[in-house]
Amino acid sequence: MADTRRPLSPHLSVYKWQVQMVTSILHRATGIALSVGLLLVAWALIALAGGEERFKHFTAFVGSPVGIILLIGWSWSLFYHLCNGIRHLVQDGGYGYEIVQFVRSSWASIIVSLLLTAAVWAYVLTLGAAA
Amino acid sequence: MSAYPKEYRNPLKKARGLGSAQHGVSHWWVQRVTAIALVGLGIWLVTLVLRMLHADYATARALVARPWNAVLLIAFVVTAFWHAVLGLQVVIEDYVHTRWKEATLLMAIKFIAVLATLAGVLAVLRIALGA
Repeated sequence: MADTRRPLSPHLSVYKWQVQMVTSILHRATGIALSVGLLLVAWALIALAGGEERFKHFTAFVGSPVGIILLIGWSWSLFYHLCNGIRHLVQDGGYGYEIVQFVRSSWASIIVSLLLTAAVWAYVLTLGAAA
Repeated sequence: MSAYPKEYRNPLKKARGLGSAQHGVSHWWVQRVTAIALVGLGIWLVTLVLRMLHADYATARALVARPWNAVLLIAFVVTAFWHAVLGLQVVIEDYVHTRWKEATLLMAIKFIAVLATLAGVLAVLRIALGA
């Protein structure tokens, strides 16, 4: 039996928060969120194939306040996972491991994903106002 | 160890490159291949969804029924669920330490993903083929 009084790795409580930790955790969290979001995509397609009545149920859900909040969350998750995923692919190629680059690319993933989310929703809302 | 080994080939020959799980780098590699595919398919899906904003039922259906849209949608659904299963598998393996719960969850995500993929693909085919 392990002696739980001694500090156990990975000593999370003694780490100072760094942006690289945030991007790593967010990549997993958004990945899980997007997996659930995929079921929504499947639902949309099944509803669209199932007839106008079924599709109305779907659009009523995504157009409801809860649906809009979920869609905003999913759209940011998608853009974040996309940006940070590209960052990981670059790192898999062996690039960007200098600490300065690592921190900078972490911030880039966060900021670019927020900008893309804002751009898409600005487009959606202005089009919604025009329609 | 018998004095007369039946096999002259060094066992290391069979193990090399396969790792403890005997699957080698296939999980890692397929996750990257699907990730690269999803960079393109994900951005394309966002543009498709934006084009479907405020579209009525018939317009939305006609858009999905276009051959290239149908093909890319099927590619997206299959690739995204595949990528999601690989990602969720790692999360479950990392955080679920009770063996039966881990095995149950690993199977559950695969069953759900396969069913949702098949249902999504069938839906696109029904729309594209005008059923």
